[in-house]
Amino acid sequence: MVDLAIEDLRSNHRAQLAIGLFIGIGFGFLLQKGGVTRYEVIVGQLLLADFTVFKVMASAVIVGMVGVHLLKSLGLASLHPKSGSLGSSALGGLIFGVGFGLLGYCPGTAAGAVGQGSIDALLGGVSGILLGAGIFAWRYPSLEERVLRRGEFGDKTIPKILGVNPWMVVIPTALILLGLLFWIEETGF
Amino acid sequence: MIERAFRGSKVEAKAYYRKFEPVVDWEVVLVFGIVVGAFISAILSGSFRVEAVPDLWATRFGPDPLLRIAAAFVGGVLLGLGARWAGGCTSGHGISGTLQLAASSWLAVACFFIGGVATAMLLFGAGV
Repeated sequence: MVDLAIEDLRSNHRAQLAIGLFIGIGFGFLLQKGGVTRYEVIVGQLLLADFTVFKVMASAVIVGMVGVHLLKSLGLASLHPKSGSLGSSALGGLIFGVGFGLLGYCPGTAAGAVGQGSIDALLGGVSGILLGAGIFAWRYPSLEERVLRRGEFGDKTIPKILGVNPWMVVIPTALILLGLLFWIEETGF
Repeated sequence: MIERAFRGSKVEAKAYYRKFEPVVDWEVVLVFGIVVGAFISAILSGSFRVEAVPDLWATRFGPDPLLRIAAAFVGGVLLGLGARWAGGCTSGHGISGTLQLAASSWLAVACFFIGGVATAMLLFGAGV
């Protein structure tokens, strides 16, 4: 029955838009509440002085990781890991990181910052992100050929690489992240 | 989508748009939703303020809004380029991908923070 509902949703464009908007509003609300739409908070994290970004991300990952793997074990969801390569994930990640440090927002939090009145996120951030994505689309054929496929490793997950049951990775990862959260709270970051 | 609006249907022939079809899908409305949701939260908590230069930036680089917006623009270009290059951002790789334990996402998120920490330390000095 659940499968049927999800299949219906895949062909229902209007419902997808409504759910996308609804989830976007919830996501934006919570990003702003969590404080991560502020320049100071993000740059504070990158300067390793304020661990709010880590706290928000780690708690989302713990809940989502256990939840998604639970759904998967119950046969109610399937994973959609992105495929990657050294040329794409590592090099693209480093370019992203330099932009992250300079702008002081990431794409989602830049949208959230616009909503809270941050003009730098609107005039500089959003227009820059659109241009950057446009440059990628423009250079895509040659990048695809020369860089993006270098060191390809596909859409493997860590449990698959290790050849173990996913829960053998989920549980230790959740415990380590929980431990780090408590440790950060104890030490006062 | 934006580029199609600017340059007409010619761009659709390009390899990129054959792979990533330009349509208004749930991902586009999600971004508008983020703006609206953050606005609601900021208004309700009284933290909405129109600000061009964040305080931390001003203490280091001065209150000139043009300098801040220019830096934000260059950062935004790299961010948009890098997010497409790596196939995701701090949400797509950083949260959705890492929680599925995708190898590509853990590598990407490590590189996001290596690049980000190095850039922030260069801009502000390590001891702030």
